[in-house]
Amino acid sequence: MRIESREQFETLQEKIRAAETDNGNRILVCCGTGCLANGAKKVAEAFAEQVGKRNMDAEVKLLVKNTGCHGFCERGPLVVLQPSGVLYTRVRVSNVPQILEKTVDNGEIIPRLLYKNPADDVAIEQYSEIPFYKNQTRVAMRNIGRIDPTAIHDAIGAGCYSGMVRALFDMTPEQVLDEVETAGLRGRGGAGFGTARKWRSCRRAEGDRKFVLCNGDEGDPGAFKDRSIMEGDPHSILEGMVVGAWAVGAHEGFIYVRDEYPLAVLNLTLALEQARYLGLLGENILGSGFDFDIRISRGGGAFVCGESSALMLSLAGKVGEPRAKYVHSTEKGLFDLPTVLNNVETWADVGAIAANGGAWFAGMGTNKSKGTKAFSLVGKVKNTGLIELPMGTTLRHIIYDIGGGVLNDRPFKAVQTGGPSGGCIPESLLDLPVDYEKLTEAGSMMGSGGMIVMDDRTCMVDVARYFLKFLTEESCGKCTPCREGLKQMLAIFDRLVEGEGVAGDLPLIERLAAGMQVGSLCELGKSAPNPVISTLRYFRDEYVAHIEDHVCTAGICKELTAYRILPETCDGCAGCAKACPVDAITGERHALHVIDHDICISCGACMGVCPTDSVETFPKVELMKEVV
Amino acid sequence: MPTLTINGKKVQSREGAYVLEAARQAGVEIPTLCHFEGLEPWGGCRLCQVQITKDGWDGWKKMVVGCMFPVEEGLIVLTETDEVRETRRVVLDLLLARCPDTPLIRTMAKEYGVERTSYVSNPEPTDCILCSLCTRVCDHIGVSAISTADRGAGKEIAPPFHEPPAACIGCLACAEICPTDFIPYTTSHTTRSIWGREFEMLRCEDCGRAHITKAQAEHHAANRAETTDVPQEWFRYCDSCKRKQQASRFPAVPQLV
Repeated sequence: MRIESREQFETLQEKIRAAETDNGNRILVCCGTGCLANGAKKVAEAFAEQVGKRNMDAEVKLLVKNTGCHGFCERGPLVVLQPSGVLYTRVRVSNVPQILEKTVDNGEIIPRLLYKNPADDVAIEQYSEIPFYKNQTRVAMRNIGRIDPTAIHDAIGAGCYSGMVRALFDMTPEQVLDEVETAGLRGRGGAGFGTARKWRSCRRAEGDRKFVLCNGDEGDPGAFKDRSIMEGDPHSILEGMVVGAWAVGAHEGFIYVRDEYPLAVLNLTLALEQARYLGLLGENILGSGFDFDIRISRGGGAFVCGESSALMLSLAGKVGEPRAKYVHSTEKGLFDLPTVLNNVETWADVGAIAANGGAWFAGMGTNKSKGTKAFSLVGKVKNTGLIELPMGTTLRHIIYDIGGGVLNDRPFKAVQTGGPSGGCIPESLLDLPVDYEKLTEAGSMMGSGGMIVMDDRTCMVDVARYFLKFLTEESCGKCTPCREGLKQMLAIFDRLVEGEGVAGDLPLIERLAAGMQVGSLCELGKSAPNPVISTLRYFRDEYVAHIEDHVCTAGICKELTAYRILPETCDGCAGCAKACPVDAITGERHALHVIDHDICISCGACMGVCPTDSVETFPKVELMKEVV
Repeated sequence: MPTLTINGKKVQSREGAYVLEAARQAGVEIPTLCHFEGLEPWGGCRLCQVQITKDGWDGWKKMVVGCMFPVEEGLIVLTETDEVRETRRVVLDLLLARCPDTPLIRTMAKEYGVERTSYVSNPEPTDCILCSLCTRVCDHIGVSAISTADRGAGKEIAPPFHEPPAACIGCLACAEICPTDFIPYTTSHTTRSIWGREFEMLRCEDCGRAHITKAQAEHHAANRAETTDVPQEWFRYCDSCKRKQQASRFPAVPQLV
């Protein structure tokens, strides 16, 4: 059924909402990629089957909803019961009958399925009471986990497309631009360019044919916020794009999404079909007279295709390589026509701004960075997952209050933000409020919103090398400084971690890094030395130790590190000897075990399995001294 | 006609020109490797970096590539500052590591004080600097037989799937434009081979010299209407015979002395 007018849309929305109030009994099963990998599909099917049988003779029907990602992927599959708001984690198929009988029918809680707060080991019943969720403010991710992303009615009931209706019927394009400017919205892809400024420039650009694009080519290691939005709430992206298209005067849109995100592609495709069917996309949207449609373009997974100019060339069917942007893409973008490109999260924010007004959005955040920001919190932290917070939240709050602190309560060393071209922020800056300016000042960046927490057993030289390796593989190779520079930088770091660093290496690294920053073609090349520069800035002594003393202070670099077993605590369980892949450990059962350093390959397997923490690392150079 | 200042000298430039063109017109030399007048600027080699500033910028300077930065009124361009020379030096140092035996790169690097690379010298020296002139000229003439393959450090110039390219017409544009003569080919009286393919040669109807491949003549015949107004006749004679024919059409000029 095509919706022909605003009134029809609002009637439909009220109808959906009324139906939900009448029957609020729901079982929400998270079917995001993380939970699916943990077996959520079978759990959802089991619920559907058993609930289906019960519903046949029930008066009040129970609904099972497969939702998008709740963000708490590590604890999946997640099941939320409504209206009670109880959250069950790590649910198995065998738990399904129990949940239905005990909790749904009798309101009885099953304690072992509840989330236990790692801070005090106390089980928490309510979804909304869990510190991981309690401390969040969700705007871009407002509907994820609440709606079934494959059902447009669910999205409309949740308020999706209301902002679009307001923009199309109550506002002129200029008013939309003003509203976005009031909101102070800046690009969530990482660069933080003013969205209203970008849109205005495109609106002013000459030509009748303009494009609105969505960048869904999220490629940073450890980042998955865009994927979760595309999978869990595709309609909010479409809504934002219609609003943007109305503001700049575009009638064609593309979503560029990487093909490694199959569920995102599927849910977006379904969302487009459903929106077109209802007349929320296509010709004469809701009878407003405005035409706009969106197509999906699947990317081949090249990291560089997330760069705007490379993305547009890739969309046009050419090799995805960046080009100089002395002329902005708002004037000459896709097919050399005026184009607006925004990140998935930005588009999701736009719909909420159109619905609630710019002032509401600007009421959150800091002076120059308004609103909320999504982050993927990963690494050595107790609660990993997807979070959204007002700008200006401190790193300490994110890592300790939401993340629950460092895994195994080890000492915190650094947090890496902004993806591979971001930087590492040390403990001394834990009270840094997170916004665009502050992160840049600290030598990192907002980037894709990835946050990787690192503990004391992290070698910063090794971390820099990891990101260099990623960037070397992903450099497009068009410009000399990035292509050859990364290759040579990686070669230097290979030397460092193998204990073959020489005195001139640090100046050489710094000179090359500076040359790449200034000389590279695109922002990826210019920012490629960031992991090196930021670790050098805060952890220079580790570099010096690698070069001058051939010591890896964190005990990570294999060529520089040896392992030994402490006689005081070893109880001779032989676990280490069993785990050792090269049989370097010998010892009688219930007696001290010993590592043969001539055989040992410093893999660390023994340390990982020792129940009494009796394995420790020490610099390999000490072995040499003993020989001397 | 915008007026800009290059190294302190006032220069008038063509509307729509880039800084590199304006500088060269004014006799200011800027090194390039991936630039060719007949092709769209590309901005990949990063050698033509210059600094730009303007009167109101409070001395703030921005590094841009000369081949792609459009000229504008009042632009101040600096082509030989320490920062510019340092950036070019890093680029040439890196290229010398890639191509340690390539005469052109050795000469250019030497001009920036790099006699030996600071980095790890390529254990398998190559002459290809990945300037992409070959692939761009091939695109430009409408053939697109070769392209860059792979990315990053593994990037190379290659025909699709490393097989002899079906689209190639053996015109040699790629080999001729290559600044380091990296692309090998052979031409005899009857055949030419390049990129693993053999091409039949056509002979000049006048002097009999093998001057063009049959595939090239056919390509131009097929695409003549779209891309060029050159008549089919054009390919019957070699360049020097065509010149002679043209010259013979001029009326005899009376000797003055």
